[in-house]
Amino acid sequence: MDIDTRRNPVSLAALVILTAVVLIGGFLLLQTDAMQNIKIFLTLFAVVWGLGSAALLFFTLNAVAESMPRKIRSVAVAIVFAGPAVFLLIWALVLPTFRTLRFSLMDAHGTNFIGLANYKFAFTDPIMLEAFRNNLLWMVFGTAFCVIMGLVIAVLADKSRREKLFKSLIFMPMAISFVGAGVIWKFMYAYKGEGFNVTEIGLLNAIVTALGGEAQAWLLIPFWNNFFLIVIMIWLQTGYAMVILSSAIKAIPGEINEAARVDGANSFTIFFKITVPYIMPTIVTVTTTILIFSLKLFDIVRVMTGGNFGTNVIANEFYLRQFTYGNSGQASAIAVVLLVVIIPVLMYNLREFRGRRTLK
Amino acid sequence: MKKVKDKKHSPIVTIVLIIIVVAWTVPTLGVFITSWRDSRDIYSSGWWTVLPHKDTVKTEEFEMPRDLDMDQPIEIEGVTAEFQEWREGIEVEEGRTLRWYGNKRSRKVEVYEEKWIGFGANLTLQNYKDVLSAGTITYEDAQGNTITRQGNNFADAVLNSIAVSIPATIIPILIAAFAAYAFSWMEFPGRKPLFIMVVALLVVPLQIALIPILRDYTNWGLNGTYLGMWLAHTGFGLPLAVYLLYNYISNLPRDIFESAYLDGATPFVTFVRLVLPLSIPALASFAIFQFLWVWNDYLVALVFLGDKNRVVTAALAAMVGEKGQDWHVLTAGAFMSMIIPLAVFFGLQRFFVRGMMAGSVKG
Repeated sequence: MDIDTRRNPVSLAALVILTAVVLIGGFLLLQTDAMQNIKIFLTLFAVVWGLGSAALLFFTLNAVAESMPRKIRSVAVAIVFAGPAVFLLIWALVLPTFRTLRFSLMDAHGTNFIGLANYKFAFTDPIMLEAFRNNLLWMVFGTAFCVIMGLVIAVLADKSRREKLFKSLIFMPMAISFVGAGVIWKFMYAYKGEGFNVTEIGLLNAIVTALGGEAQAWLLIPFWNNFFLIVIMIWLQTGYAMVILSSAIKAIPGEINEAARVDGANSFTIFFKITVPYIMPTIVTVTTTILIFSLKLFDIVRVMTGGNFGTNVIANEFYLRQFTYGNSGQASAIAVVLLVVIIPVLMYNLREFRGRRTLK
Repeated sequence: MKKVKDKKHSPIVTIVLIIIVVAWTVPTLGVFITSWRDSRDIYSSGWWTVLPHKDTVKTEEFEMPRDLDMDQPIEIEGVTAEFQEWREGIEVEEGRTLRWYGNKRSRKVEVYEEKWIGFGANLTLQNYKDVLSAGTITYEDAQGNTITRQGNNFADAVLNSIAVSIPATIIPILIAAFAAYAFSWMEFPGRKPLFIMVVALLVVPLQIALIPILRDYTNWGLNGTYLGMWLAHTGFGLPLAVYLLYNYISNLPRDIFESAYLDGATPFVTFVRLVLPLSIPALASFAIFQFLWVWNDYLVALVFLGDKNRVVTAALAAMVGEKGQDWHVLTAGAFMSMIIPLAVFFGLQRFFVRGMMAGSVKG
């Protein structure tokens, strides 16, 4: 069976031209000053144009592909379907990886080859060593607390009547940006300073002074300020761990718990001997995801301290090297370090994928 | 399938949970309440004072007779003390303190009493007006000084965030759905290695891509444009989108594609009429995931938008840097930045959780 999907060449050409006009014309129109002045109209136009262009592009490319000679038509259509995704992935992620690798061997402006000097900086500079130490703190304490808190809350909520409500509230910070969370916690840590009759407006200092302690500028205390920042990540990510672990816990067959209970096991024994071993694969996945997350952590540190007072992390130093010091060589070397640390996870994902299913 | 479970009510579990939940919610509540308070109040008292609590407040004042000899001990309400002591305040009875106001000539005595204050807050919309405004704003600080500042133009930032987030959510979905369909049901050269590439890219940190893309954008004039943001977010969101949608679309029953083919439908028509409507749960899951990610993103916006077309996260971060102590606008701004994602989150939590579970391999 063969359907003639070819269009008449004139209408096809008209369609292609129309698409080009919409794409290019819309972009140019968006840049004009007249548009910039009426912001609501600009926003509306941008959204409609962006979505319309994407749809129109697929429609036109498909029409072109369907007009190809029959022999190559099905491959042409497949290329129209998969091509844009593949093209964007290569442009946005694959090629940049190689280009960043190349930049990492070049000087600040990416013009001269300087060998491994940027890597020497990345692994020996005191600034970087401090960032590595802090990232290690984030990865160890941040991840451990997220997973443990998430697990404890998931288990407790499972036994509660108001499970949904409790879980929603713990989960809520997931919807808040790191910048927004930064403001929330900066306010928690607010410090008014010394002086006569100062009322602390930050909750933490108010609690400390009410208990007879002395108000502190929490974010300026060397070394420990890292932990005050890590608290923010725990606040944000525990909900994630909780939701995933909770659904794993619910998948444990009820009979196992029943049998254990009949044998006289108490809640703690059930938790350590049944629940935890049973959901171990999920715990590993959650831990890995949060580990990667804390390795790339940027926003919280950027907003709270800018990496000052001994709180710098790798991703913030990447940003500083590129945008404050204008050294794309050093910044690229840092990005490559981030990638290399993640490669084992990448390999694991690939092996899992190959083992689990082959492409049909 | 719902398991019928006998949930034994354990008070200890409930109490522990309530403590955790309160600890988790209070930071957000503090910012929310503060954003509605008068700027002077914010600096002179903690936000929790809007809740009913016991506090010492001035309830009345009275004048002493003019012929009073100030150099002798003074008797008021049965207590006799020196002027200096009165000036520091004396508790004449439980919960009632008298204090001489000002110098000797003022002859004014203020009465302070410990009282329950309930919801005595003086709430205002002014902070929101100030943070949205692009013009100059004036407010009073704790000492009563009038301060004039440039507004933060959050209204524009919200519109920018909308203009960035909606297309940066839907475009990757469209592109990924087409690709997922092709990977699931079409034959083309390089299908398998290309899909393995998608899986490998799931965890690649986006820092690796920022500098080269920034160079491209500088050459193409795309810095500071919505289009640049859409392309970047589409590129970074695609691995997860293709992976999630492939898992869904490849599991659709084969029969429907065969019958569509026999009816003479082209792949394009099959895709638009059958695949898209059938995949709505998966599309919605990813859409919420991507929308929250784009709306809350700070790094990509910082790199590719700079100061032009600032989105809410960038505007808020800039405010923290410039006006770190202006809590009345900071809290209002923080809340403005949260309101849309929170609405999406609570409205569509089910879909979000589903997308998150499927995508927990993403870095």
